[in-house]
Amino acid sequence: MKILVCISNVPDTTAKINFSPDNKNFISSGVTFILNPYDEIALSKALDIATASAGTVTVIHVGDASTEPTIRKALAIGAHDAVRVNADPRDALFVASQIAACVKSDSYDLILCGRESSDHNSSSVPVMLAELLGLPCVLFAKSLTLEGNTAKMDNEIAGGKEVVSCTLPLVVCASEGMAEWKIPNMRGIMSARTKPLRVVDAVEVPVLSLITGYDKPAARSTVKLIPADAAGELFDTLRAEKKII
Amino acid sequence: MSVLVYVENQDGKFRNAAFEALSFGNAIATSLGTGMIACSIGKVSDEELKCAGKYGASVILSASPELINPQVCSGILSKAAVSEKATVVIVPASFFGKAVAPRVAVKLKAAYGDNVVELPQMSSGFIVKKGAYSGKAFEYVELLSEVKVISLVPNSFKMVEKPVEIVIKTVDATVSDPEKALKVIDTVRNTNKVSLPDAEIVVSAGRGLKGPENWGMIEELASVLGAATACSKPVSDAGWRPHSEHVGQTGIAISPNLYIAIGISGAIQHLAGVSNSKVIVVINKDPEAPFFKAADYGIVGDAFEVVPKLIEAAKKFKAAGN
Ligand SMILES: Cc1cc2nc3c(=O)[nH]c(=O)nc-3n(C[C@H](O)[C@H](O)[C@H](O)COP(=O)(O)OP(=O)(O)OC[C@H]3O[C@@H](n4cnc5c(N)ncnc54)[C@H](O)[C@@H]3O)c2cc1C
Ligand SMILES: Nc1ncnc2c1ncn2[C@@H]1O[C@H](COP(=O)(O)O)[C@@H](O)[C@H]1O
Repeated sequence: MKILVCISNVPDTTAKINFSPDNKNFISSGVTFILNPYDEIALSKALDIATASAGTVTVIHVGDASTEPTIRKALAIGAHDAVRVNADPRDALFVASQIAACVKSDSYDLILCGRESSDHNSSSVPVMLAELLGLPCVLFAKSLTLEGNTAKMDNEIAGGKEVVSCTLPLVVCASEGMAEWKIPNMRGIMSARTKPLRVVDAVEVPVLSLITGYDKPAARSTVKLIPADAAGELFDTLRAEKKII
Repeated sequence: MSVLVYVENQDGKFRNAAFEALSFGNAIATSLGTGMIACSIGKVSDEELKCAGKYGASVILSASPELINPQVCSGILSKAAVSEKATVVIVPASFFGKAVAPRVAVKLKAAYGDNVVELPQMSSGFIVKKGAYSGKAFEYVELLSEVKVISLVPNSFKMVEKPVEIVIKTVDATVSDPEKALKVIDTVRNTNKVSLPDAEIVVSAGRGLKGPENWGMIEELASVLGAATACSKPVSDAGWRPHSEHVGQTGIAISPNLYIAIGISGAIQHLAGVSNSKVIVVINKDPEAPFFKAADYGIVGDAFEVVPKLIEAAKKFKAAGN
């Protein structure tokens, strides 16, 4: 079983997000970057499957050289090798097209992603990738089991879940619950330094969208306290002051 | 030119997210001076199909393929977009819609504006606003191609009725072999429960509740208010509640009208997923809990005393016809 895991490099979950004074650029200085939490779940699952099937796990990332610590982290957790497409991941179509180009030259039985990146939150890279490759995609998989050439998944839907089955190859995106996070051990960290990390050039992709700026949610005014013994007044207050109930 | 809107149904009934998408589509169509066409996929009665007319669609295309999955639906939608010469295609950013819209964009070689939260700026160019950094920011994205695909976050645009005469057109929906690889074997719905991403009111609880046996009062408050239930990450990690209820940076991001957080400290990763709620009420026994800084209303008190009072008050409030 050959498995590919697509990983993104995102600000640490505790990071304060700041933009340039004109709100045009994200300020990355002072921000620690990590492996996207959902991608870590995907990687963990991939390693379990590979162990059970004597398979291999390759991780792929589209990004510049500054993202290599995140790729090495994935190798330390246990991925066998890595590919980095050397380019600015400017939008989902660009990223998906790069990964698709790599998959076309080197095929995989299973492609795992996270359900969304914690920076763009778009859930579009895996779906676009699947579309470019003509493959099915399960976007909110809470579980994944393989029986021969068939994958079975619990996929989250509005107000519940559906049980889906699909023949390989396919793209599956990890949600919470699919696997436990794995912590790299000393041997993993040591061996990650020497595992193969191939850097490839990007393919050309038409520019269809452009980030023009950022904004932060409006700050809330200071909290209005309601005494605990008057808690019952909450709904009348919400009706009178906010008209939301 | 036209605006095409995917009206998603659940068991043959259109969901609110579909009517929101129509209302949103209608506002865009009005600005562009074009008409709006709806597209429904799956078995839906004529009576239900006509509901799209209430929100401004003059035509509804109806397709009933033998099998429904995102590949099949994106094929139907992109064909409809081509035949109707749509320049804007709108899909609800529901679980299913998110699996469909990016495919439509690739098929149409169109720019994709995902998870859009308000009407686009169309005075110069076409710029959408979307959530980013897990609730900590918004991103503005200019869509440069002639055809644009947009997914609209549920609950971010109000339904606006604008009744028009509607024509139902049946469209062909043959499914190709490669599209048959993915099959749904079973669907399990949490009966009588409001779905979390669509919910207008969410009652959420954290580790302050001490254990799963204490969720009865949370469920009761939610049921009186017609709300969905949610929880913090440690609560679902401990198996007190299902993972599907976990909100926050690594869980579901929600934007209800009212978020009631009970016994949740307000860690940055939790706030990330809930800070787009319109009004936040926090109940915590610790007056220093960080969540109070991100709340509109706060009650400092013990959940085990406050929540029963809230249940009583909510019952009275509802009984008074609210
Ligand atoms: C990578 C990463 C991702 C994460 N993602 C998420 C995420 O998506 N969502 C998430 O929620 N967390 C997430 N977390 C965890 C987060 O950092 C916090 O640990 C978590 O949100 C705390 O949950 P809590 O508020 O329920 O528990 P606690 O922090 O233990 O808070 C319990 C609160 O209950 C109050 N309390 C206790 N007893 C009572 C009582 N009787 N009545 C009223 N109040 C009471 C206490 O004062 C306290 O404020 C993440 C962490 C990491 C590292
Ligand atoms: N730059 C990238 N390189 C490789 N994979 C990525 C990249 N960005 C996103 N992905 C994958 O796509 C998933 C969804 O990301 P997004 O579409 O940005 O929400 C992530 O969880 C990753 O698995």
